[in-house]
Amino acid sequence: MTAVVVEPAVAEAISRIPDPEVPVISIADLGILRAVDVDEQTHTVAVTITPTYSGCPAMEAIASRIVFEADRRGYAAEVRTQLSPAWTTDWMSDEGRAALLRFGIAPPGPAPVGDVHGPLAVTLSRHVVDCPRCGSADTTEIAHFGSTACKALRRCNACLEPFDAFKAI
Amino acid sequence: MSDHATAPVTEPVTEPVTDPATSATESARREPLPGAAGSADGGAHDDKPYAGYLLGLADDAMVYAQRLGEWMTNAPQIEEDMALGNVALDLLGQARGLYPYIGSIDGTGRGEDDYAMLRDEREWRNVHLVEQERGDFADEMARLLWFSAYQVELHAGLTDSSDDIVAGVAGKALKEVRYHLDHASLWVVRLGDGTDESHARMQAALERVLPQLAELFDDDEASVLAAGLGVGVLPSTLHDAVVARVARVVEQATLTLPDGSRWRSRGGRSGIHSRPMGSLLAELQHIARSHPGATW
Repeated sequence: MTAVVVEPAVAEAISRIPDPEVPVISIADLGILRAVDVDEQTHTVAVTITPTYSGCPAMEAIASRIVFEADRRGYAAEVRTQLSPAWTTDWMSDEGRAALLRFGIAPPGPAPVGDVHGPLAVTLSRHVVDCPRCGSADTTEIAHFGSTACKALRRCNACLEPFDAFKAI
Repeated sequence: MSDHATAPVTEPVTEPVTDPATSATESARREPLPGAAGSADGGAHDDKPYAGYLLGLADDAMVYAQRLGEWMTNAPQIEEDMALGNVALDLLGQARGLYPYIGSIDGTGRGEDDYAMLRDEREWRNVHLVEQERGDFADEMARLLWFSAYQVELHAGLTDSSDDIVAGVAGKALKEVRYHLDHASLWVVRLGDGTDESHARMQAALERVLPQLAELFDDDEASVLAAGLGVGVLPSTLHDAVVARVARVVEQATLTLPDGSRWRSRGGRSGIHSRPMGSLLAELQHIARSHPGATW
């Protein structure tokens, strides 16, 4: 983009907006904030976000919050939602992963690659996920889907605590 | 679905954003959806005559989302209420990614709520498979196994679509439907390779779902047109790969893949539906139709 000056205050405020469903992580650290372009001449800010999942109900709340944060600093925000390239948990920052872990959510491992055309292997509990509380690798999936679209539910066989795990996609 | 004016618009683009001045659609200024722009420029886009094909894809996702949502509070365990609710949410999102775009290319300028809430039964283009009543939990797992295996192959093919928006929606959906397939596969194996009772019910479910499968692979006029333009995938070309995926799961589940049915469904893609579709639409549309023009 040309003739765009990045203004730290408004851009910084937008990047720090917490995810509404997992508020310990910011939208920047989650990897769903794709671009923030501030135009000082027109006092507008163009923001591009991408959903974690097609039906993620948090997108509208995030868009409203972006408009709000920009508005209180005197900027009109344009928020666009972009689907391609599709979000992957590999875009999550190290800071974001550490924040999830501190909160008791197992951060995602590397996103699976390939197998677009071949049949899926059918095996139970094939993912290795460390317990965010005690660190044990001896954990079992108890539900394929968790409290939000982006998480699954697991249990640690060492400390016996259940925990949320971010699905790697 | 929410108020058009404040909903962020799903508009797949490739990075980097090249021309935000003309392509950005934003919520702050309450500009119309791209669908509204379609009507303003005078009708259907002759260079994009494939709205009917996309409507089939969107309606499959929308109707199945509605049906799967019924399992919340009805599934065998609370985790499964959440799981099927999550699957439904993904499908709803896939439909929402397509409806405003369809409205922009079919010349009507309709938005997502117009498609979901204000169409009568004969205007829906989904296959019969997704509108069937819930039935036994095993029935749902049989349907989810087949439908998500079909969607995996479909969206894998659509990621190469010559239409960037279709490719963008498909690329996003592909990750989701692979997870749905995984979920259905785990259940089919668990039930099939479970007790005598669960095995028998899962086998019966595979047989009950059989008549509704052929329709997924019919090359109707709309799909032939879309495939010819490089936008869509010819449904018949998906058949073998989908069957291979399902067969592998069924075998591991110690079940038998039934072959041949004495009857088969047809007509969904041209708006002819089975009996359960009417009550599904009544439940889906009742509030919106009782309060015309309401926003929320």
